[in-house]
Amino acid sequence: MSILVGRETRLVVQGITGREGEFHTRQMVEYGTPVVAGVTPNKGGQTAVDGRVPVFDTVAEAVAATGANTSCIYVPAAGAPDAVLEAVGAGIGTIFCITEGVPALDMLKVVEVVREAGARLIGPNCPGATSPGRAKVGIIPGSIHREGRVGVVSRSGTLTYEAVQAMTDAGLGQSTCVGIGGDPIIGTTFLDVLKLFAEDDETEAIVLIGEIGGSAEEEAAAWAADHLNGVPMAAFIAGRTAPEGKRMGHAGAIISGGSGTAADKIAALEAAGIRVADSPTELPTILRTAGFRG
Amino acid sequence: MKIQEADAKSLLLAQGLPVPAWDVARTAADARAAATRILADGNDKVVVKAQVLVGGRGKAGGVRLAGSADEAEAVAAAILALTIKGIPVRKVLVAPAADIAREYYLGAILDRASRRIVVMASAEGGVEIEEVARVRPEAIHRVAAHPHLGLLDWQARQLAFGIGLGGPFLRDFVSIARGLVATMVAYDADLVEVNPLAIVRESDGTGAATTERLVCLDAKITLDDSALPRHPELEALRDPDSEDPADAEARAMGIAFIHLDGSIGCMVNGAGLAMTTMDLVKRAGGEPANFLDIGGGARSDKVAAAMRLILADPKVRAILVNIFGGITRGDEVARGLIEARAVQERDVPMVVRIVGTNAEEAGRLLTEARFETAASLDEAAAKAVAAAAAVGS
Repeated sequence: MSILVGRETRLVVQGITGREGEFHTRQMVEYGTPVVAGVTPNKGGQTAVDGRVPVFDTVAEAVAATGANTSCIYVPAAGAPDAVLEAVGAGIGTIFCITEGVPALDMLKVVEVVREAGARLIGPNCPGATSPGRAKVGIIPGSIHREGRVGVVSRSGTLTYEAVQAMTDAGLGQSTCVGIGGDPIIGTTFLDVLKLFAEDDETEAIVLIGEIGGSAEEEAAAWAADHLNGVPMAAFIAGRTAPEGKRMGHAGAIISGGSGTAADKIAALEAAGIRVADSPTELPTILRTAGFRG
Repeated sequence: MKIQEADAKSLLLAQGLPVPAWDVARTAADARAAATRILADGNDKVVVKAQVLVGGRGKAGGVRLAGSADEAEAVAAAILALTIKGIPVRKVLVAPAADIAREYYLGAILDRASRRIVVMASAEGGVEIEEVARVRPEAIHRVAAHPHLGLLDWQARQLAFGIGLGGPFLRDFVSIARGLVATMVAYDADLVEVNPLAIVRESDGTGAATTERLVCLDAKITLDDSALPRHPELEALRDPDSEDPADAEARAMGIAFIHLDGSIGCMVNGAGLAMTTMDLVKRAGGEPANFLDIGGGARSDKVAAAMRLILADPKVRAILVNIFGGITRGDEVARGLIEARAVQERDVPMVVRIVGTNAEEAGRLLTEARFETAASLDEAAAKAVAAAAAVGS
């Protein structure tokens, strides 16, 4: 099956006529993702990506005309919360918000609306998700992937590419790679993605890539210890050398009050029986040692 | 962004919370003048507090009492001469010394796990809440504000009764607790903390009668950096001493940079990969000189600016460039590196690893320009550490 994105994906791109939106939509189309519509207010009736994608004024119109079921948002930070809410209002089930720099308190409200509507938000400040050979949504370069059975979930962007490339180089293909975003308040957590992978019959091993800040890795580790017995897993945590009290690029990557350290997260993962790599290049070996034969 | 106590108190006051009056002084003479006014109002003592954005001010001698204008001036002079955890004290807060009957803790935080604003209260005020959480977690009472409805009265009452603040102070506590959440929302704060929230005895000035009042004696606020664009007035509260000058310069250029103590300068695209690069430098036996994320889609001018930032640190003895091209094009970065090296004043060994988008072209350019390159991140880290060691100290 793969998770979140796949053959059933019908994508609408919000902010398709912007520089980022246009560039990445082209990449998604070239990868084979079914991009059925774009939305930019006041540009309805136009087309994007050399006439290949129709543009609508509203998400609701795009959904009515094309049956879009997934959205990807490249709208600037000031408009991103509204873009998510518009997608929810139009009945979109899976919403990826790539935008960085969205105020956290806005996200608290948005996440609540998404939850009440029964929709799913991935991000904000995330690179999206790819199910190799099927579809990619977001900004992850398609070239790093290989089809296979390892599920990858990460809080990061380029670090995810690094890890995925290492797996691809080692011959380990992926079922789905998901970047959940580096902000403190995000729609979908490590735990949510682990649950999806657990139910996916094509995912046979899992790689988790975390970083300092918060306690999402610890929560995921505790759940994995009880529910993912026998599933080969490997992890990597960035920020072992990060100083306390400094925001390390990502809004959510900060050690505060002595909590959220890499050491805490590594200890929690190891206690759950998940080996933590010292370098992303070690992830394939750890998965194989954990019994993965893919 | 952290802001100083005096500024945090101003924000609380603007939201209608009870905060006893205070003055801010930059010199001992100003502190004396403030103390004179406060003592003339019938107060017995003043408190003088260092305004620095680090914890442990009290232990460092940055919070002291004074019973006269002379003493206030001397105490202020002593505190203004302090450097606390590396940060020079440039301002002091001067306020009437409160006659404290009882201290509590009250704080509102952005709770990542529950994705709610969580309000915490404890009867053990005046001590660090992290310490209470570690030693007696059951002493901390918590409620989660609804994302749309905010903190409700009954939730605030629940906290009040939890910490034994029923009775005459119930109404005031509810209003203060709601005020904390209102402050958080009004300014997009991640944290609004009052420690201690205190019952203080106040005389009517004649000494004949005293009343008790619940007030915010200290205040700590951290603002959400992502929301600062919509609160331009709060930018003025940024404390230049709280960050390294190089970090501030980088911020102005749109580069995420944090100065560290090591000798290996790092230039990376992406925050997670930048942290990983630092970690691998350490693993290879070196120490990173900085965290640096040039961001997605960086062009050659940004690469040049990043190089200047790294080289401005005299401790840097080698540079590791690690780029995983996605939106960022490897050849753009390579050109930026070649241009930057041509004009840089100091020659430092550099190891460059570029993979992903246009990496082949980047490799060709770098080889032509005789840069040391590496295929993997592990190899790049090892080469950079070796290069720094070869340069020596």
